[in-house]
Amino acid sequence: MKICVCVKHVPDTAATIKIEGDAGFKDSEIKFVVNPYDEYGIEEAVKLAEKNGGEVVIVTVGKPEADATIRSALAMGAERGILVTTDSQFLDATLTAKALKAAMEKDGLPDLIFTGKGSVDSETFQTQYRLAGYLGVPVVNEVSKLTVDGGNAVAELEVGGGDKQVIEMKLPCVIGATKGLNEPRYPKFPDIMKAKKKKIDQMSLADLGIDAAARAVTLEKLEPVPERSGAKMIEGSVEEQVTELIRVLKEDEKVL
Amino acid sequence: MARTGILIETENGTVKDTSLGVMTAAQGQEIIALVTGADPSALKDKLAEYGAAKIVKLSASGGDVTASPDLLAEALAAAVREFDLTALLGTASAAGKDLFARLAAAMDLPLVSDCVALDVEAKTAKKSHFSGKTFATLKVDANVFLATVRPNAIEAKPAPAAGETAEFSADVTDPGKLVIKEVKKGDSDKIDLTEAPIIITGGRAIKAAENYKMLEDCAAKMGAAVGASRAAVDAGYAPHSMQVGQTGKTVSPRLYIACGVSGAVQHFAGMKTSKVIVAINEDKDAPIFAKCDYGIVGDIFEVVPVLTEKL
Ligand SMILES: Cc1cc2nc3c(=O)[nH]c(=O)nc-3n(C[C@H](O)[C@H](O)[C@H](O)COP(=O)(O)OP(=O)(O)OC[C@H]3O[C@@H](n4cnc5c(N)ncnc54)[C@H](O)[C@@H]3O)c2cc1C
Repeated sequence: MKICVCVKHVPDTAATIKIEGDAGFKDSEIKFVVNPYDEYGIEEAVKLAEKNGGEVVIVTVGKPEADATIRSALAMGAERGILVTTDSQFLDATLTAKALKAAMEKDGLPDLIFTGKGSVDSETFQTQYRLAGYLGVPVVNEVSKLTVDGGNAVAELEVGGGDKQVIEMKLPCVIGATKGLNEPRYPKFPDIMKAKKKKIDQMSLADLGIDAAARAVTLEKLEPVPERSGAKMIEGSVEEQVTELIRVLKEDEKVL
Repeated sequence: MARTGILIETENGTVKDTSLGVMTAAQGQEIIALVTGADPSALKDKLAEYGAAKIVKLSASGGDVTASPDLLAEALAAAVREFDLTALLGTASAAGKDLFARLAAAMDLPLVSDCVALDVEAKTAKKSHFSGKTFATLKVDANVFLATVRPNAIEAKPAPAAGETAEFSADVTDPGKLVIKEVKKGDSDKIDLTEAPIIITGGRAIKAAENYKMLEDCAAKMGAAVGASRAAVDAGYAPHSMQVGQTGKTVSPRLYIACGVSGAVQHFAGMKTSKVIVAINEDKDAPIFAKCDYGIVGDIFEVVPVLTEKL
């Protein structure tokens, strides 16, 4: 079985984002990592391949620096990687999905595809659906439990209000992974060393016949989310504090 | 006047407040409210009050649209064409996000997910980037503008319109790619966290699963939902479905009360856009006090019961 895992190269969520110009950010000083949700996809793919045999291929659309992120994924047990290079952190979700599809077609279509439930940088929550749409295969997102048996997959996902759905589909399909699916492994030193020797194929968007200028969504502006300047502290005995809090929330803020 | 469709979400036969906020985002447009499960005549007054020129019951010849997200996406695509919509908006609830992504893929149109503000006319939207640290303004270049709005991010304001009711049965069939085998009901009488207007959250300080009862009692008095920090979830005090933050739910209630939460950046990633944030923490130097609106230094086991009593 061939499994592809789509992995995004994203700033560490603990990093401070310094905005540059209208819509850019300084990416040279911050640490980039595997998009946290993608780790659940990598772990699941590697576990399936360990159990049933098969090959796990990491597919990334990103800047050339994403090579390091692919290496982290390879250290978790994937076999090899494909990097489709772009010059921007924010490619249109449509173009990203087209690039992922083209890269997979070139390499040979997989039996199963994992993504994360979303990326923590652009938070677009749609690339996996578009990829599935272009490939004409089923897609489910926010999957926290998965069984793959022969040509079928059964996924469990949260659908809001704590309710869960159990959905069955045929392979190939696209699974958007989230917390709960598994516990992603921490690669050990020998795994990291081994990953350095694994193969990563590089190609550009243009090599795949995709025009980066054909984007339908433009990032016009990036701005920091306004920070609160610090709490107004409510003093007094517990009785007094609570009475004042309720008054403020009712009368001043009108939120109660 | 350009025409905007709004996919209305309902609960127990009434319009969810979050959908009214989405309608407000489209004010100034001719609004077509699209409803699926519920009876449109029962929703007419509310939807007309908040700006619906037309209320359309959407169905599909190929089956029950409420039972298949792929079928509903096809039916919505047909409705976009039928009513000549230049925009279609929905709620960024769990179901809404999934559905709009399916729709965007089916129509091969751009989509802006989880917006906190938008301009339907200019086809621009503001949304979170980098886990709540920045806002991005995006401009969409397409004939039809698709977007979902973060629940409660836009306050609902009445803007009465005609509210004529109509029906539209789309001639579409289910692509049949997914078979829903089972729906496991959660605690259904609880208010959904992502859509709750008020949230009270317990962090690691809650110390035991049974102590969430204290927060539930308080929540019941305010019509609130109860959330948890990751530390509380990892310690086994609460299920992951209650987790707020970067690896949990993103919420934007009008009031967020954090009890015994230190204020980690990953927690704030999920609740920073709340309108008013209150922290109750026994440590006067807890980082959360630097980033919230009102603070009480105190033991949650003393403060919360008094709050519940006085509400
Ligand atoms: C990749 C990544 C993703 C993450 N995702 C999330 C996420 O989605 N959500 C999330 O919440 N965290 C997340 N975290 C974890 C986050 O960094 C913090 O560790 C976590 O939020 C801490 O939870 P807490 O505030 O409940 O616990 P603590 O940091 O331990 O804080 C407990 C607080 O309670 C106070 N306290 C203790 N007892 C009492 C009492 N009796 N009365 C009043 N106050 C009391 C203490 O003073 C302290 O401030 C993530 C971390 C990483 C690295």
